[in-house]
Amino acid sequence: MLAWTIYITFIGVLVLMLLPRDNARAARIVALLTAIAGCVVAFAGAIQQANPGEVTTIVKASWIPAIGANYYLAADGISLVLVVLTGLAAVSGILFSWNIEKRTKEFFAFYLTLIGGVYGVFLSFDLLLLFVFYELTIIPKYFLIARWGSTRKEYGAMKLALYSFVGSHLVLIGMIAAWVVAKGQLGHASLDLIELSRVHFSIGFQHWVFPLVFIGFAILAGMWPFHTWAPTGHVAAPTAGSMLLAGVVMKLGAYGCLRVAMLMFPEGVREWQWAVAALAVAGIVYGAGVALVQRDFKFVIGYSSVSHMGFVLLGLATLNSIGLTGAVLQMFSHGIIAGLLFGVVGRMVYDRTHTRDFNDLEKMNVGKALPFAGVTFVIAGVASMGLPGFSGFIAELQVLMGAWAVFPKMTILAGVGILVGVAYTLRAVQKGFYSDVPPAPIDHDHPLEPVSVPERFGAVMLIGASLVIGLFPGLLMNWIEPCFKSPLFARLLGGGAQ
Amino acid sequence: MNYLQLLQLSAPEAVVTLTVLVVLGVDLTVLRGKSLAARFNVGALLSLLGCATAALLAFTRHTDANLFNGLLVVSPASDFVKVAILVLTVFTVLISASGKFTDHVGEYLSLILLGTIGLMFLVSTEDLLMIFLALEFASLTLYILTAFNKHNARSAEAALKYFLFGGMSAAFLLFGFSLLYGISGSTNLRDIAAAIAGKGLDPLLLVALVMTVIGFGFKVAAVPFHLWAPDAYDGAPTPSAAFIGSGSKVASFYVLAQIFTLGFVGAQGSAVWHGYVAGWTPTVAVVAALSMVLGNLTAIVQSGVKRLLAYSAIAHAGYMLLGVLGNNQLSASGMMFYVITYALTTIGAFGVVAVVEDATGGDAIANFNGLSKRAPGLALCLMVFLLSLGGIPPLAGFIGKFFLFSAVVDTAKNLGLLWLVILAIAMSAVSFYYYLRVLKAAYVEDAAADAPAIRVPLLSFLALALLALLVILFGVAPGLLTQYL
Repeated sequence: MLAWTIYITFIGVLVLMLLPRDNARAARIVALLTAIAGCVVAFAGAIQQANPGEVTTIVKASWIPAIGANYYLAADGISLVLVVLTGLAAVSGILFSWNIEKRTKEFFAFYLTLIGGVYGVFLSFDLLLLFVFYELTIIPKYFLIARWGSTRKEYGAMKLALYSFVGSHLVLIGMIAAWVVAKGQLGHASLDLIELSRVHFSIGFQHWVFPLVFIGFAILAGMWPFHTWAPTGHVAAPTAGSMLLAGVVMKLGAYGCLRVAMLMFPEGVREWQWAVAALAVAGIVYGAGVALVQRDFKFVIGYSSVSHMGFVLLGLATLNSIGLTGAVLQMFSHGIIAGLLFGVVGRMVYDRTHTRDFNDLEKMNVGKALPFAGVTFVIAGVASMGLPGFSGFIAELQVLMGAWAVFPKMTILAGVGILVGVAYTLRAVQKGFYSDVPPAPIDHDHPLEPVSVPERFGAVMLIGASLVIGLFPGLLMNWIEPCFKSPLFARLLGGGAQ
Repeated sequence: MNYLQLLQLSAPEAVVTLTVLVVLGVDLTVLRGKSLAARFNVGALLSLLGCATAALLAFTRHTDANLFNGLLVVSPASDFVKVAILVLTVFTVLISASGKFTDHVGEYLSLILLGTIGLMFLVSTEDLLMIFLALEFASLTLYILTAFNKHNARSAEAALKYFLFGGMSAAFLLFGFSLLYGISGSTNLRDIAAAIAGKGLDPLLLVALVMTVIGFGFKVAAVPFHLWAPDAYDGAPTPSAAFIGSGSKVASFYVLAQIFTLGFVGAQGSAVWHGYVAGWTPTVAVVAALSMVLGNLTAIVQSGVKRLLAYSAIAHAGYMLLGVLGNNQLSASGMMFYVITYALTTIGAFGVVAVVEDATGGDAIANFNGLSKRAPGLALCLMVFLLSLGGIPPLAGFIGKFFLFSAVVDTAKNLGLLWLVILAIAMSAVSFYYYLRVLKAAYVEDAAADAPAIRVPLLSFLALALLALLVILFGVAPGLLTQYL
């Protein structure tokens, strides 16, 4: 059933391409219906899955026997969480781009292609298939930003595309090398992730392949110092683009780190564990620090994404089940919250005020002119700070608990990052919405257009998701935790600090 | 053996020869005085019929035969390559059908078909003499095809350059072949292999090896023997460039692999990292590495799409050479998959360029501005072709790279050839940038406000759409092609 998330999305792309060119309304509706259908299927399929701890096969068919590639879609609890996240992000992104008038049909065709690829990555248990879906997402990202973006869009788009492509090529090198070695050991060609995770690659091999593949994926997860695509890309992207970038695309990278790099090369992780943790903490602190001094509203959110993704990587580096669970939960939480923050800044504020410069926003008294936007941003901001009751709290808490057991000193540094996070969020709230600078005279001829219904829906949906998970984290934890107790992860967790 | 058998075995070639005569005859008699478009369309359809018949003949027979000690060798493998060449010829003819660069329609089409015949003979022989003859025959038609635009001085210049370089490469090749004959006393590849087996590398053989690599290096436009290619691609009428980049590539790489894997067994040496042994593989490795690096880096700075495609062809020749030096069945079939899908993609890309050139008067990247609005279908085809060349899944170019690279790494012990594959993958990441530049023009930039929609000739569009479908199909289901390789 979950496979239909992919198919429905691509069918939506085809339908969009057949629509007449100038009918923007039809394009929007088709896109929204497709995304909703995908989201519903994602939820239904996820709930239906009886045992989230096990990898449940959805489809497995021979694809390219010569190299051992199968069309193998499956899901375990981790996939479920991310598939549901993708469904939510897809719907809310469309609600927040209801005002796209320029070449609407193409916009949504690229948008849905991206979503389809993302679903595919999260559901693939064949390495080649996963890679195919992974690269499939690069092209739509490029065009969404370059065509419909804003500030330095062509630069940002090209930078993002090249970073992604270089990253995926690092993965490709590792993949080919691992394929050849595994073929020698298994006696037959295989690209099955589960089978590959049972192969014992030599320590010497893992020593150099793990960093290659991990960095390849982590580039897209925004790991410091390879994160520089993220702020520029987010800023350049149209609202829905940055929502997806932060909401799901960065998760692709983190998911690849976990599902491919760490599962296949457990000894490699153990060897490089400290390095991953150090880079993660560097990202947390650096991202937060830089976010504190930005003048562009979107740059604040962009750097905060780098900081929050640092928690995901730190969670991965702990190699214990609390930390890993926290990492996956943080992927979900950050996907929701960052999506919301970008939605508010990009759509509610920037599309109306046409500026993201704090110095200008301070004079506009946006909080008064757009009360809904102000309130939403405050809620999203406190969720982002990690206030109890929202999903971010429980996720980051678990990451820190997991990390404390392994690297206490770095955990303290990460805690500092959280404090700085509170500071930059409050600063953004104050400068962006509720400043005490005397407002410039209000232009009554051109009042800011009020927040529209689709935006309200999107915002409420995302806030709701974050609240529900914050109040009932068990909903997702029951999916995630059993995974790390399953035999699939036994080798990864077995030798690590517990 | 008798002559009837000879005729039977060369039936596909014979059919194409007849087609040449028919196309030429019809154009000079029935179609005299008709419009250019009508003459091109009828000629194209006749060529299509002839090629389809020949391809069907080659595809349905399952013969293994070897005449005159390897002069004419028919095997299912060579037959399939012939089918591929014929299909590529058909597509070349279809995309030339909207051309306005010449009035000599019959001559143009029949030269393409004659070149095809040369290529078909080239792949069905294991004899140096026949290889040389067929190669030169095909090359001669390519020189003329390059010069075919008489309104454009650059076309003549390109052809002359191509001809001079080609002639020189023929000299190198002949020199190498004569040394091989001197060493072994035979022109048959298997006899040569038997004669040089176990003798080690004597200086004479080494010279012969290097000469052969140089000769073929020219033909496939590998660095440092590539200098003719950008000018030839740029100056030639676009369909001619497509033919140089497709059919002739497929045949050249097939026969190159034959020469090295059949004729030079035991002299392969080793190009393994830290395990270098003199022989032909290290030589080919150097040429491959240079081609990948130089081709890709130079393509970045090109402003004309045809020149960009020329440099990308040089880079792709580098990847394909990896398949040659993998030197086993797996890498050879990976290489053939790569070459064939590359050839299909290249024709497609040149086909799009031809249409845009006709409509806008040039092939600069800026001429592609706003293509997605002026001709959405054409832009979509271009996207498929360029992304496939860049190696984006799920298109054929990606899966071809995966086949090729994994097969090459698999051939050497302890991942010894991984260094070459790493280089190839790194360079392929570079290539993505310049393909994206063209796509950016088509999809992101806006055309001038008054730019009209581009009318795409029906025949070209059908051919391009079919090519794009094939590129997607072979990417999603490569088994359709690999079962024959």
